[in-house]
Amino acid sequence: MGDVAMKESAVIAAEGLTKAYGGRTVLAGVSIAIEEGETVVIIGPSGSGKTTFLRCLNYLETPDAGTVRLRGVPVGADRHGRLLPEAEIAKQRSRIGFVFQRFNLFAHLTAEDNVAIGPRRVLGLSIEEAHRRAREELARVHLEDHAGKRPSQLSGGQQQRVAIARALAMRPEIILFDEPTSALDPELVGEVLDVMRELALGGMTLAAVTHEMRFARAAADRVLFMDAGLVVEEGTPNEIFDAPREERTRKFLAHLHE
Amino acid sequence: MVFDWGLVGKSIPLLATGLMMTLKICALAIVFGTILGGLLGLASLSRLKAVRWAVMAYVDFIRGTPLLIQIFLVYFALPVVGINLPEFWAGVIALSLNAAGFIAEIVRAGVGSIEKGQSEAARSIGMRHAQILFYILLPQSLRAVVPPTTNELITLVKGSALLSVISVYELTRAGQAIIAVHFAPLEIFLLIAIFYYVTISILAWLSRWLERRLPVW
Repeated sequence: MGDVAMKESAVIAAEGLTKAYGGRTVLAGVSIAIEEGETVVIIGPSGSGKTTFLRCLNYLETPDAGTVRLRGVPVGADRHGRLLPEAEIAKQRSRIGFVFQRFNLFAHLTAEDNVAIGPRRVLGLSIEEAHRRAREELARVHLEDHAGKRPSQLSGGQQQRVAIARALAMRPEIILFDEPTSALDPELVGEVLDVMRELALGGMTLAAVTHEMRFARAAADRVLFMDAGLVVEEGTPNEIFDAPREERTRKFLAHLHE
Repeated sequence: MVFDWGLVGKSIPLLATGLMMTLKICALAIVFGTILGGLLGLASLSRLKAVRWAVMAYVDFIRGTPLLIQIFLVYFALPVVGINLPEFWAGVIALSLNAAGFIAEIVRAGVGSIEKGQSEAARSIGMRHAQILFYILLPQSLRAVVPPTTNELITLVKGSALLSVISVYELTRAGQAIIAVHFAPLEIFLLIAIFYYVTISILAWLSRWLERRLPVW
């Protein structure tokens, strides 16, 4: 898979990422390249390293070894593995959206302020510009009527959509979703997946760790199956779901359908 | 033993003079202590290990030694290095330094109590350490920081009684002066206690008022 990761056209490419916590290997050398406009869904059993992998892509987690490239430029560390200055990593992160399982909206800010704070403080837009953009993005996730509410006044599904708007407002080149619907009550999952599907169809590049196989089937260009810190198998949704080549993939999918 | 009501009446204006001094010193120490404590608290959240350690050592020293000894150190040790301070300022400085140590720890703990997801989300949109601190963590920590801080400031006012040992003519010292002349410790110490009690009750009321105005979310 190394040659895939080297492709020049990739929005983001990881090469040989490894990570261990206290002697336990979580990532055992993961490589992946995500192309412009592509929707990649990462599936796999819990503990397979999916979340850690996603968090390494924007250096929320520092990999032990391996490189991440954003449009060909190393992210987080230089080519010798030395961490980049904080300001530099921050700038790179601002180009990579991230949506968390637990939303992590800023608790003291309204929905609109949550979305506006990045454009205002990180991108340096004027207050008017930042808030205009925030209202636009809230409308994009169908929450224009909730702009003045604080996170505690919103449902989980609404909070997650605000979080998506917060990521979108930075005009990222890719958005990473870390189990975006796992913390939601079942009846609220659909509204979040709908927004993600709209983004995918609209040409946004995105990578999502998720257990929502229906979403994967409907929206993914490519599905990756991870287990024990490795990408075991990858292919189109049809290939992975209907004709998995690897025993481990088959087992996992069978288990899901039980 | 007869309770000397006449002396009580005569003492009130004298003690009021002492109280004014206590209020002046405490007001200054509250301002300096809060500012310094806030700054040290921020420093304890620095990305630089050396800075964090320096603050930790300072907080450790302040918490690990009696206020009385800290007052003596400021009053007697500073002249040795060529800094001569009148008792008044030695008192203000000692109380400020003491409160600052405790407030620094309150700020550090308050910011530390905020869920990790908040700063992760801020990092994910490209905010830097200082921005995360000022725009995300500090505003959210107010609710955790203000109540123990006002509590600490009340402790500061009570601690100011110790300044009597370096001859600052504050409330306690003023009372001791009366006792030295009239030898009526019961009357005077009771009066002093009432003066402190009223002062601190007002402060406690103010702090509750402030706490009620803290934002909820």
